[in-house]
Amino acid sequence: MSATFLPIADEEEIWYFRLYIAGQSPKSLDALSNLRKLCERHLAGRYEIEIVDLVENPSAAQEDDVVAIPTLVRRLPLPLRKMIGDLSNTESVLVGLRLQPRATP
Amino acid sequence: MVTTQATVTKRSGATIESAVRRGELPKTPTGISGLDEVTRGGLPRGRPTLVCGPAGCGKTLLALEFLVRGITEFDEPGVMVAFEESAEDLIANVASLGFDLNQFTADGQLVIDHIKVDATGTKETGEWDLDGLFLRLGAAIDKVGAKRVVIDTIETLFGAFSNTAVLRFELRRLFGWLKDRGVTTVITGERGDGTLTRYGIEEYVSDCVIVLDHRVTEQTSTRRLRILKYRGSLHGTNEYPFLIAETGISVLPITSPALLHIVSTERVSTGVARLDAMLGDGGFYKGSTVLVSGTAGTGKSTLAAHFCDATCALGDRALYFAFEESEGEILRNMASVGIDLKQWVDAGLLRFQCTRPNLLGLEAHLFAMQKLVGEFDPAVVILDPVSDLLRIATEPNVAAMLTRQVDFLKARGVTGLFTSLNSDAQANQTDHQIASLVDTWLLIETAAGNGERNRTLSLLKSRGMAHSNQIREFLLTSHGVELTDVYVGPHGVLTGSAREAQEARERSDETVRLQDLEQLRGKLARRRESVEAQTATLWRELQDEADIVGRSVSQGSTGDENRASQRVEQGRLRQADADEPEGTAPVLDGNVRSS
Repeated sequence: MSATFLPIADEEEIWYFRLYIAGQSPKSLDALSNLRKLCERHLAGRYEIEIVDLVENPSAAQEDDVVAIPTLVRRLPLPLRKMIGDLSNTESVLVGLRLQPRATP
Repeated sequence: MVTTQATVTKRSGATIESAVRRGELPKTPTGISGLDEVTRGGLPRGRPTLVCGPAGCGKTLLALEFLVRGITEFDEPGVMVAFEESAEDLIANVASLGFDLNQFTADGQLVIDHIKVDATGTKETGEWDLDGLFLRLGAAIDKVGAKRVVIDTIETLFGAFSNTAVLRFELRRLFGWLKDRGVTTVITGERGDGTLTRYGIEEYVSDCVIVLDHRVTEQTSTRRLRILKYRGSLHGTNEYPFLIAETGISVLPITSPALLHIVSTERVSTGVARLDAMLGDGGFYKGSTVLVSGTAGTGKSTLAAHFCDATCALGDRALYFAFEESEGEILRNMASVGIDLKQWVDAGLLRFQCTRPNLLGLEAHLFAMQKLVGEFDPAVVILDPVSDLLRIATEPNVAAMLTRQVDFLKARGVTGLFTSLNSDAQANQTDHQIASLVDTWLLIETAAGNGERNRTLSLLKSRGMAHSNQIREFLLTSHGVELTDVYVGPHGVLTGSAREAQEARERSDETVRLQDLEQLRGKLARRRESVEAQTATLWRELQDEADIVGRSVSQGSTGDENRASQRVEQGRLRQADADEPEGTAPVLDGNVRSS
């Protein structure tokens, strides 16, 4: 099924992420480092990460209807995608983002 | 029911009392009509309460009213976390109940946080928790200083997350956290298949569980509420009907927890002088409940109209609920028997509420009646006839509803008169069920015979008064109801023309008897005259004899004196010694000395 919706990441496209975290909680920190690692590996030079700390600004959670922490929202490219967890399951994250690992030559 | 509660009180009263003394169970009044009575003071303060039930049973409304009453009546700001409906929808839904949520929000007393949950499930990529929800909720609570929180319906989250183990753990943590925050929380949950809630969250909310239900019986829907569990507190255990009325939810306790009515010894006239006399001393007790049962056309409504008339004549208000006739019909029909009710309607003392029973459900009727009684504040309430309610509900339900109505009226000190139509001379089952509630039970019957049908009225019971046990004939005349004695004698109980004939016969018998008596009296008088004459003769004779005797006595004593003086003279003549003392004079006769 995954084959049908694969707009394999355009090399020129900018990826814009928003990561909702709660202060310095372990899950939050894990998620941030996992996300950075993943972006460096797959989207080097064409990604942006916005961190929203709900401890500092709880009302910000309303925009994306966030209840679980951490929550990652891919705002660009559209469509909007949302996933929760500390992003430790890399494969699951890539599938969720429709960001297939580069096929090994 | 009352007995059961009393037993419970006795058994666990000591522990509860000590718990309350230790201050372990403070409660937060909901402000919802009737619910605080049923829960004996409200929901457990600072703890979560689960309100569950099927779709459309009124969970969300109950929860929202809990918040609204908190703001308006107890000055306790609130937070509403809505998983199902948007803030706009909620605001619109309760606007019809007169709750202006926008105003509360603007005044900083209410936060509505709508959380849209993606029902398709969110991808999970590792460990997560519900800190987002905690932070949002915490911020909202802090923003308005909330004391009350509603979460409606948290189980929606089960649709959003596939890892329910984490979710359950997080929910447990959430309820613990809410407790720590000290907010009184209402959590709603939809009924599951064989479980209280779809995902069994009742497991985490163990302090208080309220179950709502919505049933349709005889095409009439009734909402019911039951306190399934209330840890550490006494509570009513019954299913209580409740209504969503124009002012919010109204829970109707089946019976008042205690029979603590205002008791009056004051009497109120029935409007029929003879009936007042039958009741001993001037009518019904104020605040009592009266049942008038009888077959069709026996004059039950007329009796009720008399009562209204008498009440209004004293300047008191009367409220007449009619299920069969319109106001115009009643006014016309009563005018025909000489009862002018229109004057009281015009004066604002009498109000009619005419509805067909099947217009509303039983509970809605009860509520509508209670509401109107609350508004109009009458001294007397008429329900004519209660038997019509059987058309929309079963007898036990009608009896239960009337029990509540009786309790309600008694609690307010309102005198109630219910009429009940019987299909035959026998009182029906409902009558019997109601009869134990009412204080006075009048039965109007018709007796057919001699080509006519006559009404009789009897007092089947009347608590606390020395009442007549006799049947009276009940006449509907151009000036209202009249009660006359029935003929009770060797010829049986006679009414109507038979009674009149018998009375005429007795009158003629009486005339004859009176004539006989007159004769006897004359005879006696004559005899007395003759006796008196005889007596007078005898007296005269006696007097004569007495005179003769008197004369004889007086002659005898004169002779003695003469004899004594003769002796003195004789002595002087014989030259007796001088100075002969009189005492030593020869004693010839005792009589001399004494003279």
